[in-house]
Amino acid sequence: MLRSELVTALAARHPDLRSSDLERAVDVIFEEISRAMEKGDRVELRGFGAFSVREREAREGRNPRTGKSVSIDAKRVPFFRPGKELRERVNGGAAD
Amino acid sequence: MANATLTRVGLIDALVKEVGLARPDCALLLESVFEEITTALAAKDDVKLARFGGFHVRDKRPRVGRNPKTGETAAIKARRVVTFRPSHILRARLGDAAAMAEG
Repeated sequence: MLRSELVTALAARHPDLRSSDLERAVDVIFEEISRAMEKGDRVELRGFGAFSVREREAREGRNPRTGKSVSIDAKRVPFFRPGKELRERVNGGAAD
Repeated sequence: MANATLTRVGLIDALVKEVGLARPDCALLLESVFEEITTALAAKDDVKLARFGGFHVRDKRPRVGRNPKTGETAAIKARRVVTFRPSHILRARLGDAAAMAEG
């Protein structure tokens, strides 16, 4: 499912809303989630899951082609933990 | 400032402000978005949102695990898990934010 297909699915659920508003809404939701993570905040959507930011320490890496060691800076990476309902539903609705 | 949590309420606020729809519509719309994504994933259909990232469904094989508290072995059944792969754009945004905090 792509963003455009998500908007189509939303249009079927919300025939009263304009598709331009639906597109905008999808953009706003994921932009807000991105912004929160950018600030280092958590995003908690009960049932669906939680987005958080994990710190990766600086480390010595290696270029796999040349074998030379390179230093990799500390960085922050986005992380998603699926919620209980999502975990259950991808497993056919049964409990864990 | 740090360690705040964004929840549905914050997202509904943003929708009201940015899209200009009535609050109840925004609340329903937000639920629909995550319901549709969940429905797709339950049907093993990966969800890819440009600029944000992709949600993927992976099959995990059964394995013998261990209860970390008691040390007892326990059978872990085959199951499906959802993984999130952030887009390069999202990764870069967090990386840049970190660089600015340091510099």
